[in-house]
Amino acid sequence: MAKPKLATCALAGCFGCHMSFLDIDERLVELIDLVDLDVSPLDDKKSFTGMVDVGLVEGGCADERHVKVLREFRERSRILVAVGACAISGGVPALRNLAGLDECLRVAYLDGPTVEGGGVIPNDPELPLLLDKVYPVQEFVKIDHFLPGCPPSAETIWAALKALLTGADLNLPYPLFKYE
Amino acid sequence: MSGERFTFTVDGVRVEAEPGQTVIEACDAAGIYIPRLCHHPELPPVGHCRVCTCIIDGRPTSACVMPAAKGMVVENDTPALTAERRTLIEMLFAEGNHFCQFCEASGDCELQALGYLFGMVAPAFPHLWPKRPVDASHPDIYIDHNRCILCSRCVRASRTLDGKAVFGFEGRGIDMHLAVAGGHLDESAIAAADKAVEMCPVGCIVVKRTGYRTPYGRRRYDAAPIGSDITAKRLGAKD
Amino acid sequence: MLPSEPPAADLPPSPTGGAGAGIAEVVADAVAVAGGARTRLMDIVQAAQQRLGHLSEETMGAIAERLGIPPVEVADMVSFYAFLNRTPKGRYHIRLSRSPVSLLKGAGEVAAAFRQVLGIAMGETSADGDFTLEWTNDIGMADQEPSALINGTVLTQLAPGDAATIVGRLRAHHAPNALPLFPGTGVAGSGLPHAQIRPSLVAPGAVLFREEPPLPGAGIRAALALEPDDVVRQISAARLRGRGGAGFPTGLKWKLCRQSPAEGRYVICNADEGEPGTFKDRVLLSEMPHLMFDGMTIAGYALGAREGVVYLRGEYAYLWDSLHKALRARYAQGLAGKDILGRAGFDFDIRIQLGAGAYICGEESALVESLEGKRGSPRDRPPFPTIRGHLQQPTAVDNVETFACAARILEDGPEAFARLGTAESTGTKLLSVSGDCPRPGVYEVPFGLTVNALLDLVGAPEAAFVQMGGPSGQCVAPKDYGRRIAFEDLPTGGSVMVFAPGRDVLAVVREFADFFAGESCGWCTPCRVGTTLLKDELDKLLSDRATLADIRALEGLAQTIARTSRCGLGQTAPNPILSTMRNLPEAYEARLRPDPFLPWVSLNEALKPAIAIQGREPVPEDQA
Repeated sequence: MAKPKLATCALAGCFGCHMSFLDIDERLVELIDLVDLDVSPLDDKKSFTGMVDVGLVEGGCADERHVKVLREFRERSRILVAVGACAISGGVPALRNLAGLDECLRVAYLDGPTVEGGGVIPNDPELPLLLDKVYPVQEFVKIDHFLPGCPPSAETIWAALKALLTGADLNLPYPLFKYE
Repeated sequence: MSGERFTFTVDGVRVEAEPGQTVIEACDAAGIYIPRLCHHPELPPVGHCRVCTCIIDGRPTSACVMPAAKGMVVENDTPALTAERRTLIEMLFAEGNHFCQFCEASGDCELQALGYLFGMVAPAFPHLWPKRPVDASHPDIYIDHNRCILCSRCVRASRTLDGKAVFGFEGRGIDMHLAVAGGHLDESAIAAADKAVEMCPVGCIVVKRTGYRTPYGRRRYDAAPIGSDITAKRLGAKD
Repeated sequence: MLPSEPPAADLPPSPTGGAGAGIAEVVADAVAVAGGARTRLMDIVQAAQQRLGHLSEETMGAIAERLGIPPVEVADMVSFYAFLNRTPKGRYHIRLSRSPVSLLKGAGEVAAAFRQVLGIAMGETSADGDFTLEWTNDIGMADQEPSALINGTVLTQLAPGDAATIVGRLRAHHAPNALPLFPGTGVAGSGLPHAQIRPSLVAPGAVLFREEPPLPGAGIRAALALEPDDVVRQISAARLRGRGGAGFPTGLKWKLCRQSPAEGRYVICNADEGEPGTFKDRVLLSEMPHLMFDGMTIAGYALGAREGVVYLRGEYAYLWDSLHKALRARYAQGLAGKDILGRAGFDFDIRIQLGAGAYICGEESALVESLEGKRGSPRDRPPFPTIRGHLQQPTAVDNVETFACAARILEDGPEAFARLGTAESTGTKLLSVSGDCPRPGVYEVPFGLTVNALLDLVGAPEAAFVQMGGPSGQCVAPKDYGRRIAFEDLPTGGSVMVFAPGRDVLAVVREFADFFAGESCGWCTPCRVGTTLLKDELDKLLSDRATLADIRALEGLAQTIARTSRCGLGQTAPNPILSTMRNLPEAYEARLRPDPFLPWVSLNEALKPAIAIQGREPVPEDQA
């Protein structure tokens, strides 16, 4: 019988949740026995070939490409998990919501103290357009589970993965349930 | 002022009370924890947050303002009330701009601790992302209004304990907000040792240069849920 | 002694706010007129605003200093009320009445006309400082919408074409006091088109609006022939219940108040008729003020109170003069003041307190807070006002119509009153009917009338739904038109809004959600945050993005708000949603999308600002 498939992605975040994932250390070996890794920055696989059993999403949605990746993950994942504060609440990138897109771009590229000479807002067609706000992932797609934390600790991620892959209930013990 | 003591029940457990006690005070003394946010034992109760809502004699009632009475039947720890209390906490997270990941109060924050207690994984509502100021004008204290939950502890403490009236509210509805006398902290009479500063349940009123001193793992709510100190009284008494 | 006159009503308002010295003088006057009492802060700030145009930080600071209270307390109070201005506003403050009824009568088009004529958006002030244009909640003219308040003056039955005329007339006069600033002092003299209020009474009845004109003092005479306890017994025997909507037995309220040991007791008349769609108290106040004053005086005798206050909603400021005229006549006739009707030792003074635009002040404990010069946030109960009310003394707060009924009960005897109506709802009820019906207005009907019978009376038998009791009441569908208007079946404080087939009930619900979010006092979490969240969830529904899960979430949220809110406002704010879900589920089903999940936001919407800033369209799918 084929092993369950796991995919991961990082949207608007810092990759800290992925780093925390790697912090499960020697249990990575155990994990490889449990799952096959599909699309993920960890194996650099870029596109889905079929459905996966569990998708992990780090980061919120800050631009159009994040939304597209998120939607694809939703379509391809039987269980989709929002991992970390950015995915769940927007996190640090969502600080820009307190100023608004216009002001952010203006200060960053036009009249901020670090801008020398006449600045310009980058506008290469290759660059995805920014959303008006940074959104939690559950505001764009249905999320099946949330793993809070900034990042969720390696213990948290390991406990959650084991539960999801074995079909057990995802009940995190108190010390593992943190928003930071 | 104590008269005849009497009893009432909370989730079937008999609780002894004395005249003049509110439901929450009697329960605190008896080692039964009713979750609360705006209530503080040293301050007059005002019923802002509604987290202490219990079913008292069949009606949803705020335990912090309800006088205890003989024979009352109180429901406190039920799945329905936990769900309702979680919704209230989710409302507060959606209303303000709460970034636990870099907040000085994280680990000591009562709002966060209640989120943990009720198992809030993600707010059920879209964030409102209000535009709120930070006032760092004072040499020793700053206020980050993004984190204010309008519990009025500072308003009450400043008046009743500090004798200063540094804080008040302004506006109504979703526009209601905390106001500082004189407009800015440095124009107010506040001091870092004020009870109004100490009693802030979240990271809104912060003493400068004191953040992040307690290591992760040793903060107030790292190991045990909020309310454990109260329930310990009862569990301890049983041992 | 005659209570105070309107504060500084005849002084010309200063258009720009006045200089520093002016502030000191104005504040000194205002505080002196109020006897230096902190509890009269409402009068003080209104008097100051009347002369200065707005209440600047400096003005509020000066008031705080004079009263010896923390400045934050003045700002807290002032910032709470919609009719108190912290920033300069136009000399002419145009407030258009907004409710589902005004909108279906064309208020939206009238607003558009004013926006165009003035070149400003709603909420803005014109560059020359002459005009401020705003929406305000229902001003009590639901039978003659679209209506507006300009400063204190009421305009009714407006059409879009009137905007240019009105603005032109006000510009032409250009006298700073062509219209009184808030509080206004009457309709007459403005010379504006539509500055008149049509008589609203359509159907008089057996108790209040009878053929013969009321005889001021008749009820008091009857009361004075009895012991105070017996007066309370008469009210109880008539089984009178509060007419504001809650239906608490008035006799019991008076008995509890009378039993509470106290230094003084207060009788308060709740004339803060703010429930959208109701205007029957306005008609009583205009046409039968003596009946209300008689009822208050009878309560004063029964309870042993020496002071009565009428809390008049700010929107009804135009009634200030006529009510004071009626009061002066009562003092002259020995119906108020000392030794009333010659009864030695029976002293009862009545004063009128003007509110300043806050629906919540119709809640009795919020009203009492407001009366003490504070923000209108309700109190925790217990203790109830009958034990600790105004100034911590036992207080009976009753509706205008309740006092009028009490006067009739003493005049006619309780049996005559109790014979009318139903077993649990005796007497008659004033209904304010508005909306899609040819004969809107006030109807005095015996309790127990079916909705069907009422709809026949008003000429709208084909109504698609009826909002009974205002936004905080319930929405009644045709299948329930056989139900009876009575506390034991369909309770109402008097508001009856009728909607014809083709009206979108969910748009009405959305309008009510906006109303509650705007009127929430902010004190407690579920009401402060929840009313805004309800609005957002309804927007999702109305933009055809709601799934079954969304509807369930909306219902759950509505129930939590209803169960955990601190006062009646939050507890009833979800009623429009919950009652339409129950009675008109097809309205929701029609909007429901079959998808298992739909996002709150569409990607296209979220990209709009970036497209505008960057000047290009999104990256095509194949490149993404």
